Amino acid sequence: MNKHFALQESGQAQVQAAGQNSLRQGPDDRGRFGIFGGRFVAETLMPLILQVEQAYDATKTDPAFQVELDGYLKNYVGRPSSLWFAERLTAHFGGAKIYFKREDLNHTGAHKINSCMGQILLARRMGKTRIIAETGAGQHGVATATVCALFGLPCTIYMGATDVERQKPNVFRMKLLGAEVRPVTAGSATLKDAMNEAMRDWVANVDDTYYLIGTAAGPHPYPEMVRNFQCVIGNEAKAQLLEAEGRLPDVAIASVGGGSNAIGLFHPFLDDASVRLIGVEAAGHGIDTDKHAASLARGKPGVLHGNMTYLLQDADGQIQEAHSISAGLDYPGIGPEHSWLHDTGRVEYVPIGDDEALEAFQLCCRVEGIIPALECAHALAHIAKIAPTMGPDQIILLNLSGRGDKDIFTVAAHIGQTL
Amino acid sequence: MTRTGAASRIAARFAALRREGRGALIPFLEAFDPDLETSTAILHGMPAAGADLIEIGMPFTDPMADGPIIQLAGQRGLKAGATLAGTLAMVRHFRETDDATPVILMGYLNPIVAYGPERFCTDAAAAGVDGLIAVDLPPEEADMLAPFAAVQGLDIIRLIAPTTDDARLPYVLEGSSGFIYYVSITGITGTRSASGADLAAAIPRLRRFSDLPIAIGFGVRTPSQAAEATSIGDAAVVASALIDTLAKSLDEHGRATPETAGLVLDQVRSLAAAVRGVRAAA
Repeated sequence: MNKHFALQESGQAQVQAAGQNSLRQGPDDRGRFGIFGGRFVAETLMPLILQVEQAYDATKTDPAFQVELDGYLKNYVGRPSSLWFAERLTAHFGGAKIYFKREDLNHTGAHKINSCMGQILLARRMGKTRIIAETGAGQHGVATATVCALFGLPCTIYMGATDVERQKPNVFRMKLLGAEVRPVTAGSATLKDAMNEAMRDWVANVDDTYYLIGTAAGPHPYPEMVRNFQCVIGNEAKAQLLEAEGRLPDVAIASVGGGSNAIGLFHPFLDDASVRLIGVEAAGHGIDTDKHAASLARGKPGVLHGNMTYLLQDADGQIQEAHSISAGLDYPGIGPEHSWLHDTGRVEYVPIGDDEALEAFQLCCRVEGIIPALECAHALAHIAKIAPTMGPDQIILLNLSGRGDKDIFTVAAHIGQTL
Repeated sequence: MTRTGAASRIAARFAALRREGRGALIPFLEAFDPDLETSTAILHGMPAAGADLIEIGMPFTDPMADGPIIQLAGQRGLKAGATLAGTLAMVRHFRETDDATPVILMGYLNPIVAYGPERFCTDAAAAGVDGLIAVDLPPEEADMLAPFAAVQGLDIIRLIAPTTDDARLPYVLEGSSGFIYYVSITGITGTRSASGADLAAAIPRLRRFSDLPIAIGFGVRTPSQAAEATSIGDAAVVASALIDTLAKSLDEHGRATPETAGLVLDQVRSLAAAVRGVRAAA
């Protein structure tokens, strides 16, 4: 009996040694994280998706690809981004030490460029000559237009007509960078419709076009690929914090829309059981109203945009409108790996509303001299809740995923100021 | 185990048409577009107008493979209260007076997931549905629906695209039943059309891999295109052109007018006349 038990235990140890118990193994060969993910696209696109997967897999074992990418990340994007000890904010809350991973200092002002750079190099290797992308707030559109300008590739950005109207500076930036911005009037004319329209374009232009998806969602291999390109955030932050503090953080926290900045921060910490991981969803006017973007808190698993994941939907499976003051979080779904991390309990997901985010946004400006993106302000607002409950020997690591210059018009309107 | 009654409606219809020596016309309507009463009138009038099989679209908020015409049809349907349960009720009602014309439901996966794939297949078969087309369900993910459809004798009709190469074709065809739906263009519905030369090259390629009847859709708009499609394939699916007619017949508030159903059915008649004028090649 005892001998049998011991054998079982040693078997488990072997499994662990082989890394099989790691939370970082996903997705499986069907592109699934548990039940989430997969490849739910029309047959016309299926051969393309497989082509992207094959090409991406080839880059994983090609050291030259990583060397090329690292070169652009260092010299064009400006990596590594700094790790900033937010001393005054720490004193303000009077609890845990707060560190910012400064993705806002990247070229184009957000984390989006990490994945755009990786994907444009992939597209070039695949011999694609035209790039399409969707954008909500316009940050991913600007980052895509930027790398397309850098490599001289024509670029079409789909953007909901509603978003085109409320994000005019980014629309102009994309145009300056040489991109064509196509406003989408179909459906609700927001990010999800822009994604539908980009997929329709791809179906019609399969030979020459690469679809550069902005978040860690969509059909396999996009959730895995975008995550891997964004893991530079967590990998750098881990090394930087070990150097500064000689230890891992107690909490790593990030805002979650589609979830690319959050998965990039979280993934390198998934197997560090001592690190509490917190994703902050946009609660808009409140998760018990019909105006929020909290897919995990209020959604159900379903299929949209090529993957199975938590979605805001009605009883008949029709997709509902999301709402957030932050256009970057204004999406009725979430990347499939987050759905899995939610169900397994490894990551906690909490909702933060528009008003709390606005308050945190202003606080960060005044206390740290950093105008954060409204997306990150959601995570800052949750830090305001937990930091005072933690000790001064504890550490919170925030992914400050973007700068907030793009948001000043929205914020001004909400606090009653005219520019 | 398998309920053969439902599946056999599609097989029986194609067998009968083969004996007649002609191809099939498969007109499409979107459920509840622009309202339940009008779409019911169109559905019930289609067999007499010359529909050999009927495809009913199940409205979805995010129809990624559809062009503007069918997108708007779905939005009108949803506004009029379309649900999967409502669409199945339409079919049940239709079966009270027509037990021969095969009915295929076409739509996207999420409403089926929300309904419950197993319960959906049970209820669809009980309502008198014969086949299902789930646009965003490639063979890689088919196990979400196919086992339940098989138990109920519902055909799973797979889309084959010009991008589906010879290496992939056998995989896609494995588990296909009823007929093959050839998406004749790389693109979304109602935008462009394949040439006769494209089809003449594509269809024999499919025949090398399957004995199933081949329907051609996406971009078949006119009677002459429908005739050409059935002279090369076995059936023509016409969707956007009919919905275009419906949409143009609506009043300024998007409501049906007394002419709406009649205009759509007149168009079905002219398409059917063209298809019936074609003698099967060989």
